[in-house]
Amino acid sequence: MSGGAWLPLLVLASSLFAGLIIFALPEASQRLRSSLNLAAALAKLGLVAMMLWGVYLGQQYEARYTLMPGIDFVLRADALAMLLVTLSAVLWLFTTVYAIGYLEGSPHRSRFFGFFSLCVTATMGLALAGNLFTFFMFYELLTLSTYPLVVHRGTGQALRAGKLYLGYTLTGGAVLLVGIIWLHGLAGNVEFVHGGALSNLDPALHGELVLIFILLIAGLGVKAALVPLHGWLPVAMVAPAPVSALLHAVAVVKAGAFGIVRVVYEVYGIEFAADLNLLLPLAVVASITIVYGSLRALSQNDLKKRLAYSTVSQVSYIVLGTSLFGPVGTIGGLVHLAHQGIMKITLFFCAGNLAETLHIHRVSEMNGVGRRMPWTMTAFTIAAFGMIGVPPMAGFISKWYLGLGALNSGMDWVLLVLVASTLLNAAYFLPVLHAAWFKPQQGPWPEEKPRGQFETSAWLLLPPLITAALTIAVGLFAALAISPLEWARIITLREYVR
Amino acid sequence: MSHLHAWLVAVDWIPWLLGPPLAHATLAFLLGPRLARLLALPVLVLGLVAASGLALRVLELGPQVHALGGWGAPLGIELYADGLAALMLWMTAAIGLAVGCYSLAFFSADDRRGTYFWPLAAFLIGAMNALYLSADLFNLYVTLELMGLAAVGLVALSSGAAALAAALRYLLAALLGSLLYLLGVALVYGNQGSLALAGLSLEANLLSSLIIALMTLGLAIKTALFPLHFWLPPAHGGAPAPVSALLSALVIKASFYLLLRLWFELFLPAINLPAAQFLGLLGAGAILWGSWLALQQRELKMLVAYSTVAQVGYLFLLFPLASFAPGAEAAWNGGVYHALSHGFAKAAMFLVAGAMLFAAGHGEIRRLGGLGQQLPLGMFTFALASVSLMGLPPSGGFIAKWLLLEAALASGQWWWILVMMVGGLLSAAYLFRVLRQAFLPTPADTRFRRPPAMLVGSAFLLSLVALGLGLWANGTLALLRVGAPFTEMTP
Repeated sequence: MSGGAWLPLLVLASSLFAGLIIFALPEASQRLRSSLNLAAALAKLGLVAMMLWGVYLGQQYEARYTLMPGIDFVLRADALAMLLVTLSAVLWLFTTVYAIGYLEGSPHRSRFFGFFSLCVTATMGLALAGNLFTFFMFYELLTLSTYPLVVHRGTGQALRAGKLYLGYTLTGGAVLLVGIIWLHGLAGNVEFVHGGALSNLDPALHGELVLIFILLIAGLGVKAALVPLHGWLPVAMVAPAPVSALLHAVAVVKAGAFGIVRVVYEVYGIEFAADLNLLLPLAVVASITIVYGSLRALSQNDLKKRLAYSTVSQVSYIVLGTSLFGPVGTIGGLVHLAHQGIMKITLFFCAGNLAETLHIHRVSEMNGVGRRMPWTMTAFTIAAFGMIGVPPMAGFISKWYLGLGALNSGMDWVLLVLVASTLLNAAYFLPVLHAAWFKPQQGPWPEEKPRGQFETSAWLLLPPLITAALTIAVGLFAALAISPLEWARIITLREYVR
Repeated sequence: MSHLHAWLVAVDWIPWLLGPPLAHATLAFLLGPRLARLLALPVLVLGLVAASGLALRVLELGPQVHALGGWGAPLGIELYADGLAALMLWMTAAIGLAVGCYSLAFFSADDRRGTYFWPLAAFLIGAMNALYLSADLFNLYVTLELMGLAAVGLVALSSGAAALAAALRYLLAALLGSLLYLLGVALVYGNQGSLALAGLSLEANLLSSLIIALMTLGLAIKTALFPLHFWLPPAHGGAPAPVSALLSALVIKASFYLLLRLWFELFLPAINLPAAQFLGLLGAGAILWGSWLALQQRELKMLVAYSTVAQVGYLFLLFPLASFAPGAEAAWNGGVYHALSHGFAKAAMFLVAGAMLFAAGHGEIRRLGGLGQQLPLGMFTFALASVSLMGLPPSGGFIAKWLLLEAALASGQWWWILVMMVGGLLSAAYLFRVLRQAFLPTPADTRFRRPPAMLVGSAFLLSLVALGLGLWANGTLALLRVGAPFTEMTP
């Protein structure tokens, strides 16, 4: 254990303790709560930056604690972990700013921000988890800490959504747990290691390993919203906008996708998974999800629901990239983990702005909104173009590498999926943009808030503008050492070259 | 620190676990509630110190034997404590202390119920401690009977016809249970001529089968194993909250403990697989039926009581899971771990339910909206206890579930896996019926009273222990390994 155990622990503690203190704060002490939130988010960002630099230089950060005989609780900062950790730390800061503005004057904010912090802690924890046991602990903690956020408004619709969400995720968790314990029985304490650790097991166990793989992917697939396990996601969008942003961009769906990446690369190992013929079925499931999600998005009038189905589709790009054998496909999947987060959080921020400022919830109400809220819609447009894959934005980079990866791994049919998905992306995003920018306004806005200095509160406007700028920047400066693409290259290098 | 440690290990704590609670009970009975309240905290704290000291001593020096009054077996009474007993004693002492603190606030000094609560509760704790320390079948019978009588008395504390009926039903069940057990003891004595657990062992024959059936049935009634659970919900749901906590968390665990001792020491050579599978089947029935009924309840405390019926089922999965060599140790550890974590979680839940009832003035689940704002720490406590009961991490319940699942997978008994998965989801379903109330607005006709801080505080501490059991499993399992019937080490 060289380097330090304290850095990963501090990264968790920075939001855990912030959350616990916020729970205890009285509802009225708004200034203190907001300062604490922002201070914690900034502190975490600083700690993550330190750790990122260390990992880049090849430092090891590991905290280990023996929980039961034969079972360790392990936090380890490797290159893959840092991808999700950095993404969450950055987006958490913006979401915190946004949420402070969004929830201004609404009740139960101590509860909201408390669980919000716990949710980020859980995401950080599962990103840093060094084995499946630790991963599972945070995976379930994430379920429990997001439930209060989903039902936050306390309406009948929210509570029903929460019930569905719990039903799906707890069942998924139970299936995942059985898979993990089964694997534990066969292979002992399975740590995440580059290239996986299972390939040297007795070939007689291969049949069981395939079953375990199915259990693990099914358990993780619930959160990753793989079809047909995606049913909770479009319903859970009743949550407040910052929650949807968090759920769709960094926390819940990413937990599932990230888990799948870990299982394929660092538990089974991509070569061993290929030997067991597991990659093709995974690619097929991901492809079906991509096309199905896009098709469903087409017919949604509710803006957030359209975005939710878009998430169903886009998250599976990550799974698809994971299932393409060969470094290029891996890069495509990993880089999309970051890119999808940045783009999708922008879209949800913007949808939240429309709802908060003008009470617009439906696509059909968006005619002419570009003139009333030009900045918001600019951000929305950039993110939507990114999703479609217009160069030089984030989504283009992802799709480029995925396509190349598909060709390299001999799965040429994946190109068709990518083309179809791109066309569908365009088909459900362009009409929205067209309505917003080119159609005239029809009647007054449903419920307009008084206009301030900007088109909406600065707290609400700034975060989407920054993340929209990031959407362009990560594509434009993809060759820079600090871009997600370059980081994905580093991970892939460490994954394939042992 | 090291001085304290050395002192804790050096003292023979066993008499301190018996004398003080029994003396407290007697004094409380003779001198009235005022003195009983005064003595309660010192006695309970002493109990926790003694139980902690004994646990440490067992961990470091191995199983402890204490000849009462200097007379060893077979003439005198020999007391014995291994890791399992030490853990059960510690649980009893810790929950006893929390319930004691709670009760000081719950029963006011001039509450009629308090007059009887203190002697009965102290007597109950003393009897349970004696049971955990006993090492021969007859003493175990005596302690079992004493415990049952004290428990029935506690149930009768609530006034009203329903409480009396519940107490009467409980009395009959408890007496029937101990009678069956006593029959078994008599048969063992007639057959073997000795009652000391150490050295006794049944051969596989018809008589042994009868003995096993009688004693198991008797203890299953006392543990409220499905379908013999009929007496539990009214008794546990109807009693005052601190009594419910003692009964649900501790009393049923004592008879379960006895069953464990018998099965894995006395009965082991004579047991066949179908018998173990049958007990597991009843456990599965308890999990499914208890959860289903918990889903139907309207009253908070009845929901918690039916949850106990369901959770008892997991304990009985231990028997089939431990009957194959691979996984036996995991099953044993998992079953005992479940008994411990359920104890803490359920005590916390009943205590906090009492605080909620106090705050809202009623226990109707559908009308508990707004409690999240009025009693945030209380709701949080309920949530923490629920996490453990659902078997989600990080909690003692999760460790228990992990170990039980591990045992089921290792021995290839996949059907119990399905039962546990479904049971976990059902428990989430009924517990979230309460938790979701935290997000609902306060009903217009509800006026909240602020409960004394001690009510929520002591429950909160117990729920933290349930959580802590999930984080410090290594030490707990090391203690459990001292003198355990399964000593193969996991790799």
